[in-house]
Amino acid sequence: MAISRIIGSAALVVALAAPALAQDNPAVGARQGQFKLYGHNLAVLGGMAQGRMEYDAAMAQTAADNLFHITRHDQSRLWPEGTDSSTIMETRAKAEIWENLDDFTAKFVALQEASAGLQDVAGNGLDALRPAVGAVGQACGACHEDYREES
Amino acid sequence: MKRAAYLVLALGLLGGAAAWFVTRPVTLPATVSARLGGDAQAGERIFLAGGCASCHMGTEDGADHKVLRGGAEFQTQFGTFYAPNISPDPDHGIGGWTQAEFLNAVMRGVSPAGQHYYPAFPYASYAKADPQDMADLYAYMMTLPADATPSRAHDLGFPFNIRRSVGVWKALFVDHDWVVTGDLTAQETEGRYLAEALAHCAECHTPRNALGGIDTARWLQGAPNPSGSGRIPPIAGEAFSWSAFDISAYLESGFTPSFDVAGGSMAKVIANLGQLDKPELDAIAAYILRAGRE
Repeated sequence: MAISRIIGSAALVVALAAPALAQDNPAVGARQGQFKLYGHNLAVLGGMAQGRMEYDAAMAQTAADNLFHITRHDQSRLWPEGTDSSTIMETRAKAEIWENLDDFTAKFVALQEASAGLQDVAGNGLDALRPAVGAVGQACGACHEDYREES
Repeated sequence: MKRAAYLVLALGLLGGAAAWFVTRPVTLPATVSARLGGDAQAGERIFLAGGCASCHMGTEDGADHKVLRGGAEFQTQFGTFYAPNISPDPDHGIGGWTQAEFLNAVMRGVSPAGQHYYPAFPYASYAKADPQDMADLYAYMMTLPADATPSRAHDLGFPFNIRRSVGVWKALFVDHDWVVTGDLTAQETEGRYLAEALAHCAECHTPRNALGGIDTARWLQGAPNPSGSGRIPPIAGEAFSWSAFDISAYLESGFTPSFDVAGGSMAKVIANLGQLDKPELDAIAAYILRAGRE
């Protein structure tokens, strides 16, 4: 009796300690999809800003519009508690997010503002685009610096 | 019997004396600093390339990169290090240091009181720098705002809490020669100076052995994060396929070739390094690709 109880509690400890898979919580995959869409549009905007591709006002405007709308996606169901990197293997979201939710939210609002600024100027030529893309990058980096695992 | 005991004692004393000698803090010859005058304006570029602010700036959000009050925490396998105040405050910073003391600290890891610094401070990299650049850096740092925040003592376990033990580490692992050698172009040579002596990329991007010495055979090939969880990615070897354009653009903007954005400790590195001139970032990129072909 005592032995089976020990084995049982040991199994429970192992089960609790083992990192879960992202599929266990669909919010993780959904928010990762959101980040992929940021990158998909930044590839156009940043690509033009860096000279990887030629500036095209219509294309830049479309990408900036997309980014604006994606950053308006309501976040309330994307970050459930317990979906950090200490419990889920596929995420780089640090547990610190949930310890500093106000700051995390403020950094997301800063991204929304930067993407609005980019939307305003993306079609106005390369010189207007460049600093606005830089500001979006800064907003991304500010959050990654504090709240994303190294890799 | 008595003679044998004397022999053991004598050998023991000799061994102790040898160990004491090997682990002694070694400073630069006094003549090195004596013949140098620092140019504060030229020192700003060294400050940015050397990434001093990445570790020594305050820890609060939006902290000024030029107020080097310290406080950042580095949890390592040896214990927790706290970045000290290196602002020019005379009591809590380095305001009372002479240029010679500064050069010994940065290039030899020896404090003005003659003690070893722990190698969390990357003096093993700065040891390769041109002393003139370090004199310029000293002049520049003395122009930055003073801050009176006291430095926090490191929290280390035995035997790492004995500073003298760092002498063993230095004897084993500090090498003043370049890691990437051979027939380098002028651009690669400039990049090597920036990357190996100043920006100290390898301190995080190269794996270390059990004693914390850098494994130069796996130079820049990625490593466990030395202070925290996760891994620092490879920037050499098969796992790294960026072009020179990609590397330079990343150091300038933080955007990876797939338009992810740098985070973690690299975000701070880029905040400083990204202010260098574009040809200097291109030189670092050329060096990194050269290092990857070794």
